[in-house]
Formats: sequence, structure tokens, C-alpha cells
Amino acid sequence: MMEILGHLADGFLLSLQPLNLMLIIIGVTLGLFIGAMPGLGSVNGVAILLPITFLVPPASAIIFLAAIYYGAMYGGAISSITLGIPGASTAVATTFDGRPLAMKGRASLALVTAAIASFVGGTVSNVLFTAFAPPLATVALNFGPPEIFALMLLAFATFVGLGGDDIPKTIFSICFGLVLAAVGFDEISGEPRLVFFGISGFLHGINFLVLAIGVYGIGEMLWTLDSTRGKITSTAATFSVKGVVEDAKEGMRRGWKGTAIGSLLGFFVGILPAAGATPGSLMSYGVAKMVARKPQEFGQGHPSGVAAPEAANNSASTGAMLPMLTLGIPGSPTTAILLGGMVIWGLTPGPRLFTDQTEFVWGLIGSFYISNFFALLINLAFIPLFIWMLRMPFTILAPMIFVLSVVGGYAATQDMHDVWLMLFFGLGAFFLRKLDYPLAPAVLAIVLGPIAEPTLRQSLLLSSGDATIFITRPIAGPITIIAIILILLPVFQLIRKKMKGDKAPAEMS
Amino acid sequence: MRRAEIITAGVLALLSIYMMWKSTDLDVGYISGEGPGGGAWPFWLAAVMLVCTGVIAVNWARRTSPPSQSTEPLLDSYGIRMLVLVGGGITGFIALTHIISMYGAMFVFLIYYLRVMGQHTWRLTMAIATLTPAIFFYFFEALMRITLPKGMRFLDPIFNALSALIY
Repeated sequence: MMEILGHLADGFLLSLQPLNLMLIIIGVTLGLFIGAMPGLGSVNGVAILLPITFLVPPASAIIFLAAIYYGAMYGGAISSITLGIPGASTAVATTFDGRPLAMKGRASLALVTAAIASFVGGTVSNVLFTAFAPPLATVALNFGPPEIFALMLLAFATFVGLGGDDIPKTIFSICFGLVLAAVGFDEISGEPRLVFFGISGFLHGINFLVLAIGVYGIGEMLWTLDSTRGKITSTAATFSVKGVVEDAKEGMRRGWKGTAIGSLLGFFVGILPAAGATPGSLMSYGVAKMVARKPQEFGQGHPSGVAAPEAANNSASTGAMLPMLTLGIPGSPTTAILLGGMVIWGLTPGPRLFTDQTEFVWGLIGSFYISNFFALLINLAFIPLFIWMLRMPFTILAPMIFVLSVVGGYAATQDMHDVWLMLFFGLGAFFLRKLDYPLAPAVLAIVLGPIAEPTLRQSLLLSSGDATIFITRPIAGPITIIAIILILLPVFQLIRKKMKGDKAPAEMS
Repeated sequence: MRRAEIITAGVLALLSIYMMWKSTDLDVGYISGEGPGGGAWPFWLAAVMLVCTGVIAVNWARRTSPPSQSTEPLLDSYGIRMLVLVGGGITGFIALTHIISMYGAMFVFLIYYLRVMGQHTWRLTMAIATLTPAIFFYFFEALMRITLPKGMRFLDPIFNALSALIY
């Protein structure tokens, strides 16, 4: 333990060197704005700025890229909360409660909660990373396709079992999102699949952002304009230092459970190969809702609904670094680019990295702590700007949101077909929202679909078509059983309600 | 709202059937040694969607869901007007992108929304409508190296000149 602390102290010293500290501050600020821009995420920032890092030593280069990665994780929440458009896939779940809070004039509470939860998530994951990196990497490797599919099932189940919404409509929404995720090519046979009406634009699949921006950027805005009868002039967002302190206290008091869940679950999902921060944040939201005393408050603007995904996506971003550094397996697209950068810099990720490149590894770990701290400070410093944006008259904010939606929809895939599709989803979402169809599950499903389907197929291939593989394996079994119970929960509740209803007239007679 | 609920359920049922039918382009059964066919996953999901629309229809008949009990129309005159003006504006924005570029379409859309819908002053309208595409152009083309649609060929000289400025 003392040896680890000694290495960590060296890491801090390295990352606090003037050049590295400057790179951290620039990286976090850049990441914050790249993450806040719909259609762009940490992967874009890291990929675009990778060539610049060849001007500095490898340790400084990875510190800079890690700072961008961190900043983008914080930044994703900003557009989710202020504009209702997820800045990145990792911030989709933040929209569910962040936007309703902003619409209630509590944007400051949502933004402060997101910043604090992100900081706590980042810090918890950094401590876990520092102390348990090599053994955790081995545990993660025990998660095969059946275990990962069981986790996906659990994520969907939390939406069905505890939704409080119309259950058939919720299930419809999940299945619709999953089918949309299957559009494009079948990964195993390589054949085109679900190319609707022969339109070639469907061949490249449907990016989750096309649905998410359509639903939240266009559908939700049309619904707001319709339901408020156009009387909305601006959201009553306010800002004062005293108010921020009060919001911080309230965010911690009401969001601590979500923060704790997100920090731990996010880290663990983050270290799973091919999972990453997006499933981590969505699952944490689902579990936070599952354990909440009043789950029906989720989706209406609950601080825990902001804290859970935000803590998780920051925690998972550090977690995703773990298999990359210790095993050479990237846990997310961004870490895959970082891995490529390391190879170019002449470093070989894998078990020997910790012994052969001690200074590099511990400098990076030290920079995680420093980046996390600066990301919190920079994020808090920009809150007045974000609040000011919200106080703009709605007749200015609304067209800006529509412009951002169209640009974000295009930037995600750079295909006009997707922009038209986004408009179609937006108009459809407006009508479905009016008819009480929950749309968040569809967005959740299109994000998790590309993980759920291959893991299901690989599992069934492993078991020669025997579905009991999800029950009989020691890790997958309990997760699957919990998921099944959650899915059946509405049925149990219905039976109980019916029995009570039958009993009441009998008692009366 | 009540009529809209059942019509929507019907449309979604047809969509589910179409998705099931499209899924059968690939094998929807279990292939020995290969696992589930490529169409199995979407086929069975679309089948669940179809069952759900059936349950929604039953709930509609029993009047258990809020929209099935509602006597309000799905869209009143305000809703229709809003949808035509705002939805039509966004549709026009996207359509114009093909002709006068995304930046040009953004400029026209912002003038339409801010001046016509929002009744803002010409000074504010023009300031926002001009600055927004300019900022987007610099951010995407110069900083992020992402090219947004440039419209038809007649705009090439303008964009060539702008590109020369930023590169």
C-alpha cells in the first residue's frame, strides 16, 4: 500500500508540472464545450486533437487527452439539462430528470448536482483504480456474453417494472428502440438488415443521436410549445452564489443515493470490455430509480436522477481506462483511440506497462485526480453562463435548440438522410408523447441494443440454443432472476390489486 | 384523444407487422452451429411490439388508459397552427439545406423564427441570424474539421473564399 501511495505522489508531482497542469486546464475546458455540443462527444475531441499531442512528451500527451475525456463527461450534462438535447450518449439519462428540473426553474440545482456527482464519481473511481487496478481487470474478464446480456436485461427491466407508466406502451417503446438498433447490417452474416422501403440511408444503421435528438430536441420542444399554449417566455432560472451553495446542499442530500450507485456501478460497467460509460450511466439511472423510495418522482425532476448517470459516466470513464492500460483492451471508443495513441508513442499497453513505464502510468493516474478537480472548478465557474442561456426568451431559445438539433443530427453521421429521419422521429415523438407513450425507454434501447443483441446471440451459440445459460451461470443467474422479477412486478401488482378489489365488495356485503 | 389512441395503435400494429416481414429477409429461426439467424432478434421484438399494440387496443376498449377516457381532441386549432408553423419551419430549414447550404438555411430559419414567430426587432434578428452561422462555420469547419452541407454548386465560390480565410 505504501508503495502505491509513493507512486501516486510521484504521479501528482508529474501532473502538477507547469506544462502538464496547463494541458489539463486547456483539455478540461475544451472537453467541456465539445461534450456540451450535441453530436460531438469525447471521442471526437480525442480523435481530432490526437495529432497535436505529438508535439509534447507521451506522458503529457495522454494527460491532455485524458483531461479532454474528463471535461467531455462533465460537458455532456450541460446541453442535456439546459437544452434538453443529450450532448453525448453518456448524457442521455441525464436528460430524463435534468430537463424537467430546468423547466421548473431549478437548472442551477440540476447543474450543481451534476457537477458534484461527476466529481464524486470520478474520485471514487480514481481511488478504486489506484488500489485495485490489476485484480479488477481480471474480474472484468470473467464477464462473458451471458453476464453482459443479463446486465442489459436488468437495465430494461428497471424501466418496465418500476416505470409507473403504461406497461404495454413502455414495452413497445423498448422493443421499438431495439429494432431500430438492429437496422443496418447483421454483424454475424454481414447481410443488409431492415433496410426499410429500400432506402439506402438505412444501410449504415440508425445512430442513437438521431432518435435522441429527434425525441428530445424536436418532439419535446413541440410538446412544450403545445402544452404551454405558447405562453412560455423563458424558464425562471436564477443564479446567485448563495443559491448555488443551497443547491449543492440539496443536491447532495437528495442525490447521495444516486451518486453512490452511479459511482460504484459506473466504474464496474466501465471496466467491462465493450460496455463503457453509456450503459453504465443508463443502468445507474435504472438502479437508482429501482431503490428510490418514490420511483414515480423519477422523470419529473429528481436530483438523484441527475446524480446517478452523471456519477456513473465519470466513474465509467476512469473504469474504461483500466482494461486498456492493464490488458490492452479498450472499454469504449474513446479509450480505443487513446490506445492507438499509446501505440504510436511507442508504449505497449498490457500487464507489463505498470512495471516498465511506471512514471507514465502513475503520471496518468495522478492526472485523473487533478483533471477531476479542475473539471469541477471549471464546470462550476461556467454555471452562470449556462443559466444565462436558459433565461433567454423562449422565442430565441427555441430556434437555437432547433438549429442545434439539426446540426447535431448531421454532425453525428454526416448524412442528410439522418437529419430527415430525425425530423420524422421528432414529429412522431410529439404525437406519441401526447398519447402517453414513454419515449425514454426507446432511447435507452437504441443505445444498449448494439450490446444486447450480439451478447444474446453469442450466449445462445455457446449453449447450443439453451436459454438456461442465463440462469445457470453463477454471475449471470442472479442478475437474470432479479431482471425477471422486475419485469413480472407489474403483473404481481395487478393480481394484488385485483384480489384487494374482489375482497372489498365481499367485506362490504 | 380517444380516437387518436386507437388509430395510433393500429398504425403501430401495421408498423410492427412490416418490421416482422422485413426481418424475414434473413433467417428468423435457430441455425444449428451458427446460433439465432440474423432476422430472429428484430422479428421477435417486432412480434412483442405487435402484442403490445393488441393490449393497448384492449385497454382502449376497456377505457383504462388516460387517453382512451379523454374527450379532448389530439390537436386543437392552436396545436394545428403551432405544428404547421414550427414543424413546417424546421422542414423548410432541412429542405433548404440541400439548396443554400446548412449555414444559409440556418440564416433563413432564424430570420423566420425570430422575426415572424417571435416578433423580435430586425436588429436583434439580424445579429443572431448572422452570428450563429458564422460561429458554427468557424467551430465545425476550422476547429472540428467537420464539413456541414454546402448546398448546390452555385455557392462553391463563396465557400471557397470562406475556406481560404480559415485555413
